[in-house]
Parts: sequence; C-alpha cells; structure tokens
Amino acid sequence: MGGGITLNHFLVLSLVIFSLGLFTVLTRRNAIGILMGVELILNSANINYLAFAFYGGGKYDGQIFAIFVIMLAAAEAVIGLAVVLAIYQNFKTIDVGATETLSG
Amino acid sequence: MIAQAIFYALAALTVGSALMVAFSRNIVYSTFALLGAFMGVVGIYILLAADFVAMVQLLVYVGGILVLTIFAVMLTAGIADVTVSNRAVGTPSAIVTVGIATSVMLYAVMRTPWHVATTVTALPTTYGIGNAFLGDYVLPFEVASLVLLAALIGAIVISRHEAKE
Repeated sequence: MGGGITLNHFLVLSLVIFSLGLFTVLTRRNAIGILMGVELILNSANINYLAFAFYGGGKYDGQIFAIFVIMLAAAEAVIGLAVVLAIYQNFKTIDVGATETLSG
Repeated sequence: MIAQAIFYALAALTVGSALMVAFSRNIVYSTFALLGAFMGVVGIYILLAADFVAMVQLLVYVGGILVLTIFAVMLTAGIADVTVSNRAVGTPSAIVTVGIATSVMLYAVMRTPWHVATTVTALPTTYGIGNAFLGDYVLPFEVASLVLLAALIGAIVISRHEAKE
C-alpha cells in the first residue's frame, strides 16, 4: 500500500484494541459488558488475520479464517446473551458477583 | 499520504470508541460506542482490500450482534448503575495484567522481522473466497453450519421460559 502504512501499523492498532477489550473483560461486573469486551478482542484478532493476509501476498486463507471468527462470534453472542437473560430471570440482576450460589 | 490520513482517522475512530466501551460508567453508552468501534473496523478491513469480509462484518456485527446486544441491554432493567469495579479482579490488578500482556506483545510485534510480500495487490476477493469455501475449506464450512444450528437450538432451550407446574 502506498503512503507508508506498514504491517506494524495494523498490528499495533489491533494490539491497542485487544488491550482495551481485555481491560473491559477484567473490570466489568456487568455480564453484557464482559461480552462486549470479548467482541473487541475478536475484532482485534480479525484485524491481525486480514493484515497478514494482505501483506503476505494476497492469499485467501486469512480472510477465510476471519469469516470463521465472525461466524463463531455470532454464535457466541447468541448463546452468551441467552445465558445472560436466563440469569436475569433467575437472579433479577446480571452482576456476575451476585451469581455465586455454587461457591459454597 | 491520503491512505495514511484515512488509516489514522479510522484508527482514531476505532480506538476512541473502544476507549468509551472500556471506561464508560453507563452500559448504554458503552453499547452505542461499540457501534463506532465496529464501523471503524469495517473501514480498516476495506483499507486491507478485504471487501467481502468488510461487508460480512457490517451485516453480522452491526446488523446482528450489536442489535442483539442493545436488545439485551434494554431487556435487563436497572443495569445502568452497575459500577465498573469487580470484586474478583480490581482495577489496579487489571491495569497490571493488561500492561504486562500489552508490553510483551508490543515487544514481539516490534522485534519480529515479518516476511512481507514485495508487491501487495488489492483485487476483488469474492471469487477466490467462494472457491476456497467450496474447495479446500468445504469440511470446516459444513461443520460451521452445524455449529450455527446447535447455537440456534441451544439459545432457544436456554432462554425459553419454563412453564410452572
């Protein structure tokens, strides 16, 4: 690509997004917030796949894997939000600290 | 020069929205900031000459996952006041963990001599992706449809309201 954008630009951008996603997962008590952090992490992984596919010479394997990741993220979001709504029906909250009936 | 400006604009949009997702006190603001993050990532994909993946991202993430997340936020009342801190992992230890992970990966990214192709081309990708899905990747493709079916049935079973006896 012209304009002096290298592979490292995209890798660092994806690293920043990954770090923010990891921070979100670690600090949120809200189950939906944790799921949003996971989405950020998956997006950063996809940026890496596509950057390596582009700068590695234009093969399609990286893009195929990115599509699989998007597909699995959709399945994960559906199941995760169904679990969150089931928890909300039982506990009337989605604070992950409050759902500790199994912790003795 | 123009590509550089576009890249930095998209990166600023994505990182700014991700910052808001991570640090906003209100979960509703976080959810809407997620829209900006996803749109910025769509632009990054287009910049990487992945037109088909960008459109899939737009349809699945923005049209599907984000709408689902907004539904879940709206269906669970009284969640806007849940504070950011976590009992299991407090903010200081989270900052330490993220800092260590980020610095290790930054070191790896900067020190590794990546093999980069001498000429990079931006061609339409739909034809090649379709051939790959029905050629080399036909088994993962079929397994993926099975996974989606299982997720569909599982979501219905989990979230169905049981009738009381």
